[in-house]
This record gives sequence, C-alpha cells and structure tokens, in this order.
Amino acid sequence: MLIKRSPNGIELPFSSEITPREVYESRRNFMKQIATGALGGAALLEMANREAFAQGVNPKLAAKLNPSYSALDKHTPYKDATSYNNFYEFGTDKSEPAMYAGTLKTRPWTVSIEGEVNKPMVLDIDALLKLAPLEERVYRLRCVEGWSMVIPWIGYSFSEIIKKVEPTGNAKYVEFVSLADKKQMPGVGSRVLQWPYTEGLRIDEANHPLALLTLGMYGETLANQNGAPVRMVLPWKYGFKSAKSIVKIRFVKEQPRTSWNLSAPSEYGFYSNVNPDVDHPRWSQASERRIGEDGFLARKRKTLMFNGYADVAPLYAGMDLKKFF
Amino acid sequence: MAFNPTARQTGLIKAALFMLALVPLARMVYLTLTGQLVEPLEFITRGTGDWTLYFLCFTLAVTPLRKLSKWNWLIKLRRMLGLYMFFYGLLHFMTFLWFDHFFDVQEMWKDVLKRPFITVGFIAFVLLIPLAVTSTNAMVKRLGGKRWQWLHRLIYVIAPLAILHFWWMKAGKHNFTQPIIFGLILGALLLMRVVWARSKTLSAAAAR
Repeated sequence: MLIKRSPNGIELPFSSEITPREVYESRRNFMKQIATGALGGAALLEMANREAFAQGVNPKLAAKLNPSYSALDKHTPYKDATSYNNFYEFGTDKSEPAMYAGTLKTRPWTVSIEGEVNKPMVLDIDALLKLAPLEERVYRLRCVEGWSMVIPWIGYSFSEIIKKVEPTGNAKYVEFVSLADKKQMPGVGSRVLQWPYTEGLRIDEANHPLALLTLGMYGETLANQNGAPVRMVLPWKYGFKSAKSIVKIRFVKEQPRTSWNLSAPSEYGFYSNVNPDVDHPRWSQASERRIGEDGFLARKRKTLMFNGYADVAPLYAGMDLKKFF
Repeated sequence: MAFNPTARQTGLIKAALFMLALVPLARMVYLTLTGQLVEPLEFITRGTGDWTLYFLCFTLAVTPLRKLSKWNWLIKLRRMLGLYMFFYGLLHFMTFLWFDHFFDVQEMWKDVLKRPFITVGFIAFVLLIPLAVTSTNAMVKRLGGKRWQWLHRLIYVIAPLAILHFWWMKAGKHNFTQPIIFGLILGALLLMRVVWARSKTLSAAAAR
C-alpha cells in the first residue's frame, strides 16, 4: 500500500484507499451476526465489537511518547473514549456526539490568537501541527460527573503557543472559545449553555507544561466527537475545563466568564481542579468509576487530589481551594 | 367503542401486559451482557428511574382513561401497573445502594441526608412501600375500602416528589425538557381528578 507521508508527520492515505463507511460498517455487522447467530455467546459478540473498533478511522499522526508525562494506567479502549462523550454542541446525551459529530468540518480550520499579545496571529491546522514537536502523553481524564478514562493524547505544551505570541504584561488570563456553528453542530441553539462554549485559565496555569494543546489521540488525529481538530487537555482539572474544537484564544486582563460557571455558578467554579474534598452539590467527588474497568463487582476508586498531578500544586499555594473550587 | 373483555380475555391482557412490562428490564440486561454499553451502571440507573416515572404515569392514567372511554375493565390493570412502578423504583433504589455505595448503608444514609434530590427520591420510594404492601385483596379487606383508598392517596404526594427528584437531578445541566414533559403529563392527570371531584360535590349539592 502506498502511504503518502507529509513533512509534518501525518500519513494521509489516498481517498481511494479509505474504506467507505458503508463497507466497514457492513463488515462489522457481518462479524457481529456471525458472533451472535452462528456461534451465539456474548463473549464472541464482545470480541467482534472490540475488533471493529480496535482502531479509528482518522489519519495517523506520528508522535513521540513523553514518558515523564504519561500515566501508567491501562488505556481506555478507543471505542469507549469515542462513544461516551460530553460535547453539548452535538447534544446532551453522551452517545450523541459520536452520532452527530460527523457533520463537523475540521479542514480548513483556523485558530485566531489575539488580545494582550505582541504578536497576534491566525494559525491554520497545518501551522499548528508544525509549531512544535508532537508528543504522545497518556493522561487520566476525570469528568466532573464522577467517571474517568485514560487517554493517549497527541500534542504539545500550550506554553509553546504562549512563547510564540508573546503576551504583554496585561495578559493575566487566557480564554478559549469553541466553534458554535448551528449548521455543523445540532446542539448549538439549545438553551442548556451559552454559546459559544468558553473556557479560561489563569496565565500561569496555561503556561504549566502539563497543559496540552491537543491535536490527536490514539496515534491518530482527534475524532470529531472528542473536539477535533484542536482542543485543550488539562488533566488536573475536570474534563469540561478542556475546551474542544477551539477557534479563538484570547489573552485577557480580567478573569473570563466561562460557560458552565455562567450556567450554574454554585456547581462549577472557575478553577474546577479535581478535588476529592470538595463535593459537587449533588454528588460526592471523593470517588470515581474508571470507564471500561470498574464494573458491578467493585467499589468506586478513590479520586486523587489534582487527579494525581501533584506537580500543579504550587500554582495554588496559599489559596483556599474550598472557596476557589 | 364498547369493549367488554370476558374474564378469559382480561386474563390474557394481563399476562401480555405482565410480559411487556419486563421488556425494559430485559433490554437493560441484554445490552449489559452483550457488552454494548460503555457505562452500563449509569445506563441502568437512568433506565430504572425513567421506567419508574413511566409506570407512575401509566398507573395514574387508568382512572381518567376509564372515565373517558367507559372501559371500566381497565381498573383491573391498575394494581399491576402500580406494582411495576414499585418494582422499577426498587431496582432504581438498588442501583443507588449498589453502584454508588457498594452496599455501604452508612455512606448511603449520609448521601440521602446531605443531598436534597436524593432526599426527595428516597422519601418517594419509602412512601411507595406501604402502597405495595397493601396491594393485595386481603389487605384491602383488612383495611376496609375507605381506609385503603385514603392510604393510597399517598400517590398524590409521591408523584410530585418523583418529579422534583428528576427536576433537581437535571438542574445542574439546565436540561429540563424531560422533567417538564413528565410534569405536564402528571399535572394533567391530577388536574382531571380535581375537576371531577369538584363537579361531583357540586352535583351532590344540587341533588340535595
């Protein structure tokens, strides 16, 4: 098979080589039918499911593993990480992003970086892919709802961007704005949240090496339902802090208003660091269920302070984390 | 349309309904065993809660349907529908005790007392227990029709508590579509009763 290798390390197959969706879906169905019909047995069906989703359908993305920023936990199966998502632009049910995110057009795509910077710029995806060497980092992801996953992301520290755009002395916070296009995103227009989805960090948080500007996962470019083509991943904060499908990054003076904080200020604070000692008003945050691992026969596992990323603790030295939740 | 099933036909309808009411549970078990769910515990928790609300609506719909259609035999289905509401409510409670607290009763109590949406859900469930216990013919006789009826009016307390539980559960995500739909349906079913009760007192007064 011919593989076209572009200089930035993505292998883009010819479109003629990509198996059409109908074909691979029918193959998967065929396998499932064999598993259920001819041989019966849940175990075989499970195998068919796994086989069918062993890899994704997105272009490969080469990256070097960064072991110092990689958790040793077992990876969450690709199928689970791409079919159980909170991405309200595509619906509030966790199965909806996988069903509806196919309409998201991830190329061409530009990210405008502006505000309190000496060098504002508009970067397209190819420029972002080349801006710094791509690293693979296996991060734990803790959702505010009480579940967690372990995902091999691909990207580089957001600090690389900060270096490039040279923030002025006025830049105290960074605001991330996601795409909000009703035509591509059926959930935009629901009154659940204010659109566009907006998130924010203090600039020293954004500058922490763990803060990952993310372009891929599981050796491929990001799946649409996981925030393609570019998102943030902040492993020490609850998942919703990591903005998906980013179109604008603003360096600002004042703490930005963030979508979930606007929607329910008593439930979702600006910081939203993973913290087992600060409950959500409607449930405890002391424990979590690891998707694909923890099932019927186990107690939920303990949640760790900062999701186990103690490196970030100095960012919050002297702060009352019960008040600044 | 007049339809008056024979005892045999009623028996068949009841048997069919009995099986049909188990389909949601069978579906949850099937999807779990075949590994088709990413998070079966959440799916079962939500599913049993939803079906408790559905059966609450079905149970409270019997009397209005009977009055509007004149199908008096529908009353014979009400006990089963009510017991299925209790059955799914019990499963829903079990998911909370099992999945959320892994049978740690002390931890469960803390949660019940600390979180209002769980408190009201728990009260609604506890109030269902006497209704389930007194659902047999023998219990109706023992209590006497009047007292039995009075006790079973507890459902008018349980219904709003169930809606409140669902409403508060969805509140954090501002996702009120489903609670509003359930609220409207139950509101309509209860309102019809109020209207009928008033017209009954009025006509009774007129007759006097």
